[in-house]
Amino acid sequence: MTSISMTVNGKAVTADVEDRTLLVDYIRESLRLTGTHVGCDTSQCGACVVHVDGKAVKSCTMLAAAAAGSEVTTIEGVANGDLHPMQKAFNDNHGLQCGFCTPGMIMSGIDMVNRYKAEGKTLDEAAIRAELEGNICRCTGYHNIVKSISQAAGEM
Amino acid sequence: MSEGIGAPVKRKEDKRFITGAGRYTDDIKLENQAYAAFVRSPHAHANVKSIDKSAAEGMDGVLAVLDGKQLTGDGIGNIICGWAITSKDGSPMNMGAWSALATDKVRYVGDAVVAVIAETKAQAKEAAEAVVVEYEELPAAAHIDAALAGGAPQIHDNAPGNVIYDWEIGEKDPTEAAIAGAAHVTEMDITNNRLSPNAMEPRSAITKYDAAEDHYTLYTTSQNPHVARLVLSAFYAVAPEHKLRVIAPDVGGGFGSKIYIYPEEIVCLWAAMKTKRSIKWTADRTEAFLTDAHGRDHVTTAKMGFDASGNIVGFHVSTKANFGAYMSLFSSAVPTYLYATLLSGTYNIPNIYCEVLACYTNTVPIDAYRGAGRPEASYVVERMMETAAREMGKDPAELRRQNFINEFPHQTPVIMNYDSGDFEGNMNQAMEAADWAGFEARKAESAAHGKLRGIGMACYIEACGIAPSAAVGSLGAGVGLWESAEVRVNPVGTIEILTGSHSHGQGHETTFAQVVADRFGVPLDSVQIVHGDTDKVQFGMGTYGSRSGPVGMSAIVKALDKVEAKVKKIGAHLLEVTEADITIEDGQVKAQGTNKALGWHEIGLAAYTAHNLPPDMEPGLKEGAFYDPLNFTFPMGCFICEVEVDPETGKTEILKFVASDDFGVIINPMIVEGQVHGGIAQGVGQALLEEVVYDESGQQLSASYMDYTMPRADDVPSYDVLHHNTKCTTNPLGIKGCGEAGAIGSPPAVINAITNAIGNNDLSMPATPSKVWAALGAAKIAAE
Amino acid sequence: MHNTTYHKASSAAEAASLLSGADDGALLAGGQTLIPTMKQRLAAPSDLVDISGVAELKGISVSGSSVTIGAMTTHAEVASSAELRAVCPGLADLAGHIGDPAVRHRGTLGGSVANNDPAADYPAAMLALGATIKTNTREIAADDFFQSMFTTALDEGEMIVSVSFEAPEKGAYAKFPNPASRYAMCGVFVAKGAGGVRVAVTGAGDDGVFRSADMEAALSSNFAADALDGVTVSPNGMLSDIHGDAAYRANLVKVMAKRATAAA
Repeated sequence: MTSISMTVNGKAVTADVEDRTLLVDYIRESLRLTGTHVGCDTSQCGACVVHVDGKAVKSCTMLAAAAAGSEVTTIEGVANGDLHPMQKAFNDNHGLQCGFCTPGMIMSGIDMVNRYKAEGKTLDEAAIRAELEGNICRCTGYHNIVKSISQAAGEM
Repeated sequence: MSEGIGAPVKRKEDKRFITGAGRYTDDIKLENQAYAAFVRSPHAHANVKSIDKSAAEGMDGVLAVLDGKQLTGDGIGNIICGWAITSKDGSPMNMGAWSALATDKVRYVGDAVVAVIAETKAQAKEAAEAVVVEYEELPAAAHIDAALAGGAPQIHDNAPGNVIYDWEIGEKDPTEAAIAGAAHVTEMDITNNRLSPNAMEPRSAITKYDAAEDHYTLYTTSQNPHVARLVLSAFYAVAPEHKLRVIAPDVGGGFGSKIYIYPEEIVCLWAAMKTKRSIKWTADRTEAFLTDAHGRDHVTTAKMGFDASGNIVGFHVSTKANFGAYMSLFSSAVPTYLYATLLSGTYNIPNIYCEVLACYTNTVPIDAYRGAGRPEASYVVERMMETAAREMGKDPAELRRQNFINEFPHQTPVIMNYDSGDFEGNMNQAMEAADWAGFEARKAESAAHGKLRGIGMACYIEACGIAPSAAVGSLGAGVGLWESAEVRVNPVGTIEILTGSHSHGQGHETTFAQVVADRFGVPLDSVQIVHGDTDKVQFGMGTYGSRSGPVGMSAIVKALDKVEAKVKKIGAHLLEVTEADITIEDGQVKAQGTNKALGWHEIGLAAYTAHNLPPDMEPGLKEGAFYDPLNFTFPMGCFICEVEVDPETGKTEILKFVASDDFGVIINPMIVEGQVHGGIAQGVGQALLEEVVYDESGQQLSASYMDYTMPRADDVPSYDVLHHNTKCTTNPLGIKGCGEAGAIGSPPAVINAITNAIGNNDLSMPATPSKVWAALGAAKIAAE
Repeated sequence: MHNTTYHKASSAAEAASLLSGADDGALLAGGQTLIPTMKQRLAAPSDLVDISGVAELKGISVSGSSVTIGAMTTHAEVASSAELRAVCPGLADLAGHIGDPAVRHRGTLGGSVANNDPAADYPAAMLALGATIKTNTREIAADDFFQSMFTTALDEGEMIVSVSFEAPEKGAYAKFPNPASRYAMCGVFVAKGAGGVRVAVTGAGDDGVFRSADMEAALSSNFAADALDGVTVSPNGMLSDIHGDAAYRANLVKVMAKRATAAA
């Protein structure tokens, strides 16, 4: 067991966890923030994407202990007020169906828009599709996810 | 903007999903919750010689280590298939015994043998590794040909030669005679590749036993919680129906795979009673590949005869269908009544005969996956039409046009009676949107930069809302396929709709509410859809086969009819006019020709206070209905796919995908288009990317996303989704259903396009880069 | 995952000492391969020594054409380094196509090189660039470092500190990703530098990354994609699996080599 402290969605949290605890399990089981999901075992589906120190990471492929001292943001913490523009865009464009991959999609979407803006690059449809390599959706065929991220990129 | 029928209303349910507040089964944590882990067979076929549980039982946190002999000893029944199919010779199908925990034999890699219950998930998994099962390996048959070969390993004692049934439909002799006399016969061997549904939410179950009330609760990832409860009680005898509550909360996609009752739910319910603990089990993705029912896996030989002017005269189809190691819940219906009955496609075919040989193999059970039988039929019909056109030197669009059914109703030779459609209208719309006429110029452009361009078409038709109950009963179904609804108008006028349909991505909370808003003019936000809980909704058949629109919503309409009748009576009484003078609009009950009106809440209040109701009227405002469809519905459409193939690598890029569908009346076009997008992506996945691969020994070589190719955003294009609708004539809203169409029509459109591009028609799905490259090489050799 | 003991190292020296003190310890870099392997219970180190935060193991320095990249530099950092891109755009592009954005935020060059996955991208670059792998005890030439799949010259307890190389006059990487995993089904790095032309292939060989003498010879006399037309790549020694047989991979080797050459 290790005592770890980090900031999650702006709140300081401290807990004793087994060293093998994955960040996603800490978030879901200890903090009971269940918006972050697990859809595969091989780091490919992206349902578990959260931001650690402002960068998208797969929380199923990181130990909670390795995130000690970090600022973690989950889907529950992205909105500053009602909805984040990326969340709103997913609703506006029917960018979700079953909703299971959606938190990861939104977290990846925010991350890619932030990076492209920082680098002054244009996030066009081809770029969005390439950037979504690490997020799998089985419901939407991606059409409306691409539209959603594109809309949010213009609003963020 | 209107919130009624036809309005692209944004989804009410989205808020919880986009904020992380959705509640899926694995998100739930019950008090006193323990965890289950399963010991699974590493062998495809083996006798279980012994099980040594002692080491596991002594490990930290272990509460119980349970095996199949204990399970059957406690009277838990075998898992069954609910649709009886009769062979050509009149004999019943050969259903092999399937115990939720194997007792003396395992039949596929992943077959559950022992369940370990422990305080934590990690402890359960560690103890499961410590269970020692001694196996005596047997030869395995992992593929159809291996299972049907002479001397094949016998998988179930009561299925000689591994044959489950040998079934037929249509008229054999006239069909063969028609083909014998045909001017041209197209003959093809067609394989429909094996797929894994891969809902992104893995299956999960949490069970609870309340000793005080002798009552069970199951939270599960189900598309049809009532059917789960029925089967769990009536056949598996885990818990009596009136003492079992099944809740399917938010469910992260189904695509068929969450229709069935699996061993894990049975074992967890049983173990909850035995350990007096709540028990959770959630599959990891590899476990999902090894245990979720797979789809497709057909091998077909087809012959289609044409007269000298290109009219189809006969169609003969022989299909072998893989069922895996056991018969899953609806498995038997898929390659029969959901497949062969659609072999007329959109065409006038006077003679059709189809025979289906169903067999066991040492693989994961196979059952309905998005489309279920209809994608297989559409693939056979549309590959045949395309190939026939090429062989006869005809334009593939014109050959289809010439053979289209133009008059409705149309009785096919294989049971179905199509009620409506305008097949040519959809084809024209799709061809125009795809700029079919401009293809040759685009092909030349591609050639100029070293790429091969191809275009392909498919005109699918499918059958939704499996029905009527009496008809399916006569064909062997073990259940009725109606739907129920209850409309509760509350005293304040808000409305709850209880439905037996289940939403796992389809957006029922929005579309069902739109039907109510349309009917009474009440705000969408005043309507709540209640589903997925057997304690709240009395009974229902769930959601699959695109049935929630045509069947589920029809039940709501019937219940709304009854509510409307009562509201009119109350309104007439209070406004002192006749019922005929009452209209309901904008959430108000109005007396025509006067300025008298009552608000919807005033009607609610009147019904529940009962201070001033018509004589003999019962208080309250709640009506229920069961709707049994008159016929299947027949969504159809024309899909056109345009591809570019890189001849150096064999990689296919889809440049354009046009879908023109006829879904009848559309409640919410935004949601309908979303359904089509997702369906097309799954169909493109089948055509280009996805395949469950087994080696000869029955090991699954594609049991993770490292080897099973899920469509990703850069594998698919944006889609052009169009509608050319004709109203369904057999249900009150005129809806045909849209959930599966995309997956049904797209595989043949994609393969027709690629084979057109590469000039080699001998290409099987999935058309991976390596296969396309090899097919190009073969075409080159043939040309030299 | 089996239980393990986690240690966060703050210096390379501390990491080495923690590792030597462990029963069956392993270095944890970005963890993008090791963590999934542990989740599948295919690896069960007694101790994990996390070096991802060790400052002295991070960073990119470019001096003239000499490049040094710290082992714990993430793929995202390599991909977005303007300094590196100015002298060796091929390596920056390669890094920008490893895994997906979230993986690139965690995965490190050192972790990839040390793991020597037969389908990883970096080994091809290291070999083609003739890089030197610097460890906490010595320097190893890439030609000696990559021995066979998942096997390197690293001794037990040895840790990669950085890699360094001279930026080539021309150099580029072309990858054909495995459709499912998106790892390289075949990736070819072609470099023309002071020491001549080097061509390294990953993903295709049945024993990990390798150099192609035939293609190097062809490109040495004429550094142009066409120069590879006459080269025959034998399917012998190529991987064959459900995604493509040896003949297909042999074809990809040539096609990717030509594309890399054209892009260089």
